[in-house]
Amino acid sequence: MTFSRRTFLKTTLSGTGLALAAPALFTRSAFGADDPIVIGGLHDQSGPIAATGTPMVDSLTLAIDQANAAGGLLGRPLRLVHYDTQSNIQLYSQFARQLALKDRVSVVFGGVTSASREAIRPTFNRYKVPYFYSTFYEGGVCDRNSFSLGTTPAQTVEKLVPFAMNKWGKKAYIIAADYNYGQITAKWMRKYVQDNGGETLAVDFFPLDVTNFGPTISKIQAAKPDIILSALVGGNHTSFYRQWTAAGMKTQIPIASTTFGIVNEQATLDDAESTGVVASYGYFEELDSPANNAFLSKLKEAFPDVPYVSEPGAVSYESFMLWAEAVKAVGSLDREKIIAALEEGLSVDGPTGKVIVDRATHHVTRNAYIAEVEDRKWAVRERYEQQKPLDTAGVCDLVKNPSENKQYVIDI
Amino acid sequence: MDLAAVLTLDVLSGIATLVLLSLGLAVIFGMMRIINLAHGEFVMLGAYATVLSANAGINIWIAMLVIAPLTVGAIGIVIERCLIRFLYGRLVDTMLATWGLSLFITGAVTTAFGNTIQGVPTPLGGFEIGDYRSSYYTLFLVVLSATLLGLVFIFLRRTRFGLVSRATMQNPGMTAALGVNPNRVYMQTFGIGAALTGLAGGVLAPVSGVGPEMGAAFVAKAFITVVGGGSAILAGTASSSSVFGFINQTGSYFTTPVFGEVIVFLSAIVLIRLLPQGISARFFKGSL
Repeated sequence: MTFSRRTFLKTTLSGTGLALAAPALFTRSAFGADDPIVIGGLHDQSGPIAATGTPMVDSLTLAIDQANAAGGLLGRPLRLVHYDTQSNIQLYSQFARQLALKDRVSVVFGGVTSASREAIRPTFNRYKVPYFYSTFYEGGVCDRNSFSLGTTPAQTVEKLVPFAMNKWGKKAYIIAADYNYGQITAKWMRKYVQDNGGETLAVDFFPLDVTNFGPTISKIQAAKPDIILSALVGGNHTSFYRQWTAAGMKTQIPIASTTFGIVNEQATLDDAESTGVVASYGYFEELDSPANNAFLSKLKEAFPDVPYVSEPGAVSYESFMLWAEAVKAVGSLDREKIIAALEEGLSVDGPTGKVIVDRATHHVTRNAYIAEVEDRKWAVRERYEQQKPLDTAGVCDLVKNPSENKQYVIDI
Repeated sequence: MDLAAVLTLDVLSGIATLVLLSLGLAVIFGMMRIINLAHGEFVMLGAYATVLSANAGINIWIAMLVIAPLTVGAIGIVIERCLIRFLYGRLVDTMLATWGLSLFITGAVTTAFGNTIQGVPTPLGGFEIGDYRSSYYTLFLVVLSATLLGLVFIFLRRTRFGLVSRATMQNPGMTAALGVNPNRVYMQTFGIGAALTGLAGGVLAPVSGVGPEMGAAFVAKAFITVVGGGSAILAGTASSSSVFGFINQTGSYFTTPVFGEVIVFLSAIVLIRLLPQGISARFFKGSL
């Protein structure tokens, strides 16, 4: 057989073409009606944020297992592809692309801190993968592809500040963590203090690695406030509560916080350090409702080691419920149809109560609660039915501007 | 007046915290030239030793002052035998190895004890100065750090082991020729440095949020203090702790906590520029 240059070129070219086309051909042929629906998850299961991330993953896994036990969705089973982002923003970006491009997921649940959400949200918008964020945060995300289900300041801070002021007095001293969550939350605190006829004596921000609060404690004593409003975040900042109590101030000036409890402070700190601290969230494990009791007992049965379930954990469960409802309602995985169904004001009854999607903001109307630490547990004091995400609603209208894709810093 | 007293106490406690945090590092880095990036994790181990034993019902003072240093000292000796002893004289390699070690310790503690913040209540009560309140524990930290400086001084200056260890750090070949086993001295000195660090972790546990990641908050400050102090481990550590503690605490009080942190790092840069060999090379020549 003669081997001319022409045949050589022909065979190699066609061979290369076939090889290049192979992945596409094979994936195509792999599409089938019985294949699992792939669901993406991105949460920190190690590193400093893991204490918050772990219950979120457990709740999401429970929700998916329950859906599978009930026959899946659209007659197809569900499969969770979850990556541990290790409290590392770089891994968030990397795994987000991997979920969208390699795993070809139908929906993504994830992100814990605001920084992590902003790292991955644009990716899912670009690749048109619906994205659900389940942590309470500072508000302002305006993106048609995303749904933020946690509480925002208008739902919690707005209740917490007057509650504390009525109870203890009008002069507030604000201490907050020095990054976007703390900065923005401090602004809201200041606004609500003013709205309720009070006075903010000072606002102090702390980098996350501050461990010695001595000068601040002296400063607070010199200012003589009636209440402390705290948005301190993370393990290092728990030293504040310790040093505050050690100085004998705990019994002098009460503390209301938007963050206390998120890494389980009410149980890990000592009685004397935590009793009487007031906080507001969209969920407490101590809520006594049939839906919550059922959720907790199933969760603890499936994951006996699950840490205290705070708002992000319960909301992760509800995020999946909402998405699953939308898929059932439209009978397809088409992104546009699912978003349209959610925008109809779809609602579910979850462990936190009734949750309704708000069309204009892609946030939710949900219950808010105020609780006080008592004997290392939360005692729920107040319940505010069906709070609307009014802060984000002030800046974001996805009905009018559906192509918006940004996080507003709400100017107060 | 009351305010001045409270502020003085704040400054003293800031200095005491730095002394406690950096004394062990001064021994390990200043004397032995090991860049121990796992220093923060040694602090964390000390804190965990205290919290776990105190919660198991052991007296808090014994847990802090005895169990924490002994535990971390023992761990330090194991680490020295398994890892550090192959790396003497290889400054950069020790950095890489101890950084890996710090990740390993953090991971191991997370696996063993979980990722939640733990703690013990602060012993001793509070007292009042006029309108202000502070805790006796702050005073205790100040007294302890002063005592510790004194003890280390006596140990290095007046005991035979102190003499031998200083000689070994200066010239291991010569001390070996005089019949001392340098490897053994290295091991013991590293153990002492680790124990001092463990003690720091132990006594800081009641005023900190104890978690596997807590070490990261301490390591940079400890290094700045030791490098700023220079070669004389005691005079250097004490003087640079005083400078940085004073700047940090007064800065935090009179401006904001953010600026209080920033100004420490700025002043460290200026200090190293003006005194590249550290404070002690200029002002405490030849002292310990």
